[in-house]
Amino acid sequence: MRVVVDLTRCQGYGQCVFLAPDVFTMPGQEALMYDTGPDDDQREHVLRAAAACPVQAIHVGRMTTQHRTLRPEMAPAATGGDEEFKRNGRIVIVGASLAGARAAGVLRRDGFTGSLTLIGDEPYQPYDRPPLSKQVLSGKVPAERTLLPHLREPDVEWLPGTTATGLDLSAQQVRLADGREIGFDKVLIATGARARPWPTEPEAALDGVYVLRTLDEAQRMRQRLAAGVNRVLIIGAGFTGSEVASVCRELGLPVTVVDHGPVPLGGALGRVIGAVAADMQRAAGVDLRCGLTVASLEGDADGRLIGARLSDGSTVEADMAVVALGAIRNVEWLRGSGLAAGVWGVATDAGCRAFDINGLVTDNVFAAGDVARFPHPVYHYQFVALEHWGNAVAQAEVAAHNMISDQAHRWPHLSLPVFWSNQFGTNIKSVGVPSFADELVIAQGSVAERRFVAVYGYRGRITAAVTFDQAMWLDFYRRLIEEAAPFPPDFRTVDRRDGIRPVPAEVPQRIKPAEGATVVVTGHDPAERRVTLVRPQR
Amino acid sequence: MIRPNAASRSYAPNGKTISEKGGNLVEPASIYAQIHQFANRADPYSLYAELRKTPVARQEDGSYVVSTYEEIVALLHDPRVSSDPRNLADPPPYEGLPPSFISTDPPEHDRLRRLAMRHFGPPHAPRKVESLRGELLEIVTGLIDGIADRTRADIVDDVAYPFPVTVICRLLGVPLEDEPRFHKWADEVVETLGPGEGDMAERVKRRQAAVLALGQYLGELAEAHRKNPGDDLLSGLVADEGPDGSMSHLEVISTASLLLIAGHETTVNLITNGMLTLLRNPWLIERLRQEPDLVVHTVEELLRYEPPVHFLSRRVALDDITIAGVTIPQGSPIVLALASGSRDPAHLRDPDRFDPDRPYIQHLGFGGGVHHCFGAPLARLEAQIALRELTHRLVNPRLVTDPPPYRPSSTLRGPRHLVIEYDRVLPYKPVT
Repeated sequence: MRVVVDLTRCQGYGQCVFLAPDVFTMPGQEALMYDTGPDDDQREHVLRAAAACPVQAIHVGRMTTQHRTLRPEMAPAATGGDEEFKRNGRIVIVGASLAGARAAGVLRRDGFTGSLTLIGDEPYQPYDRPPLSKQVLSGKVPAERTLLPHLREPDVEWLPGTTATGLDLSAQQVRLADGREIGFDKVLIATGARARPWPTEPEAALDGVYVLRTLDEAQRMRQRLAAGVNRVLIIGAGFTGSEVASVCRELGLPVTVVDHGPVPLGGALGRVIGAVAADMQRAAGVDLRCGLTVASLEGDADGRLIGARLSDGSTVEADMAVVALGAIRNVEWLRGSGLAAGVWGVATDAGCRAFDINGLVTDNVFAAGDVARFPHPVYHYQFVALEHWGNAVAQAEVAAHNMISDQAHRWPHLSLPVFWSNQFGTNIKSVGVPSFADELVIAQGSVAERRFVAVYGYRGRITAAVTFDQAMWLDFYRRLIEEAAPFPPDFRTVDRRDGIRPVPAEVPQRIKPAEGATVVVTGHDPAERRVTLVRPQR
Repeated sequence: MIRPNAASRSYAPNGKTISEKGGNLVEPASIYAQIHQFANRADPYSLYAELRKTPVARQEDGSYVVSTYEEIVALLHDPRVSSDPRNLADPPPYEGLPPSFISTDPPEHDRLRRLAMRHFGPPHAPRKVESLRGELLEIVTGLIDGIADRTRADIVDDVAYPFPVTVICRLLGVPLEDEPRFHKWADEVVETLGPGEGDMAERVKRRQAAVLALGQYLGELAEAHRKNPGDDLLSGLVADEGPDGSMSHLEVISTASLLLIAGHETTVNLITNGMLTLLRNPWLIERLRQEPDLVVHTVEELLRYEPPVHFLSRRVALDDITIAGVTIPQGSPIVLALASGSRDPAHLRDPDRFDPDRPYIQHLGFGGGVHHCFGAPLARLEAQIALRELTHRLVNPRLVTDPPPYRPSSTLRGPRHLVIEYDRVLPYKPVT
């Protein structure tokens, strides 16, 4: 059976652990681990656990949707829109992971009965990625058991193992690697991102060098870990790198983590909270080396990794390296399509409609998930791209709704970003954009105990909150962000330890909305003026 | 949702509500008072519907009653809401024991609850409750066997009360033969919990006496377990030394008192309310016989539809809290009307229909937030097993009086007796 827990909703009540202790476990106070594909003899236990979940976050064999998660019996949202299109139109979804699969389910649920094609370049049915860096890597769950439950059995033409190589907007066709062309009335781009490889190709090819993003990559890493490793070198201490480090320590393996920043998780959470993560890693026995980069990976004569040379001249002996340097958005297939697509992703409006290269919004091309970059009104209308599970789900739902709605019934994608991570037995959750901050306060709990709520502010308003093992309070702070409540928070709460003392958040410089986008404008008459993207040289 | 500044209201020192819009805000207070009148015990739900018309309603005594789902959920997760009565503008007298985790705030609450959870659930003892399944079934089977020679029984006295009491006694390590002693104290504590009739000072006195007597009893018992530890929670609490240290002797007594009272004053209502609901919907009994697994969702729907706990009445605003357009001033008592919230039509369709087939049942039956019911997994399991066995073994069960007589409490609401008749009792048969 297939199980997925919406850990965005999960608040760590632990009821599932009581009821199905062989399927759900809590290695710490709140961090939940679960078997994504338990055997059928666990069925009764799992169903009991799902029924008992106080926030109804456990989905067994089917998935519900966020907007009406708890009200599936309520009437579907009105779409207005073109009835003929809803009956007989053609929709193509490129990308068959979380966002693509979710959108397909929502389209069918909300009454789209036309032809629906789902193109995915992996040979698998849509699967859940977050467990790959946790349960799968630790060996608790085989990689192939991470398939996502269906939203419903969507009546879709599913093309697995099929790579899209081009998008022709004038012909309204998606080109496939095998030469086929699939026509559409509307298309959803949900091609996501892939792991950024080690930049030096011969070094990246060494036996023992891995990246982690896909099921296959997780499987290869797991096999290597199971076969025995002397030391794992992890390059990059973002969330993926830190989670891999956590699993390796859990497996008892020596781990060295190298990050160019001053602390782990600094890019997402800033230096102050990153320092807590650093303590956590060191307490767990990680050899953490911050402020350094890996200059080169070294191999032996047989092409096996033997170690690395760091930027300070020191060396690390390691027979396995995990390159965790972030992701590259899968936009290459859109080159020449006329869309505003680049290394920053596919730019869209808040309703998931893609912009063309001139900045004009299209009406039949939509994008959702990791590949999309959209303006968020709460964050000064800055364009943000979010590589979060919850965003893929919420954005896909908005995109699907808007694809079958007329202008009057379209929704803006306004949900605040939420993400979570389980590492070193601690559940980390975040709402808002912590890097959009100049100061933070510890509003509840204690950093020393690693149980706290950190509230981030920007120019006097609350913009984000991060919890370590305090997930139950997150929704409260989400509402404060939505209300643009003043920062620092000036109210009394439980578990306030030593007053409110804002400190500099020390978040990294925010990346500009569309860095790398250089355009040439041509034409004089307003009817003629157009833009051409200048491709970066490298 | 918290809606800031939806209305501007202020409160005069004499306790009268003044509304700048001239709205009639005093009227709902009388509804809340009516809910607590004993005459309305059998059906408070139509009054809850009235109550929800003012989601946050100030009462004559300065407390604020919150009755709608979203607002209750928000306040359960609002760190400006304390569970510690010492934060009240007018705090109650010291009861002679340190507060248990139900009436403390983090971090104290978290420490005490973690220490107790080490002997009851994850992460330290994840299999504890599940391991009791066989024993629970055995106890229920024995109790139902006990009414097999008759065709008339009281669900409360014969099954729903003795079952959870036996369980909590075994779990805690309290001798079952002492039940008559602590039952009286527990009843006193429960019946003086919420607002009710009678002289307040007198009620406080009675409550205090019961708390102390129960505390003394459990203190002696804890001492005995320290010397002679067994495989029970009380022994665990006195002997344990975890990452959080251990509980003091008085903390052990407070915790044990809480678990003993909560463990047998609430599940009795869940099982009895459940049986009452099933007997009012006989088609469900038939379905439960055909589909034994349906009992899981039946119990969840019961927790929504006829919950054992109707109010959380000892919360306090640590700061001014604006919610649903009303500002609750700092120091004000807050009452969360859980049973009303679970029947809020803004939360789900057809809230007054009992329907275990709802695709997602999200209820306030166990509260929520950091104080979410400690014993929830045990209560669930007890109710599932009791209702499954009762529906499978009683042939043609029927109500004798509807509505049945109720216990006095409006907070822990349930029948005092539930007399039923049946044709006969089938022998126990494992459910396949």
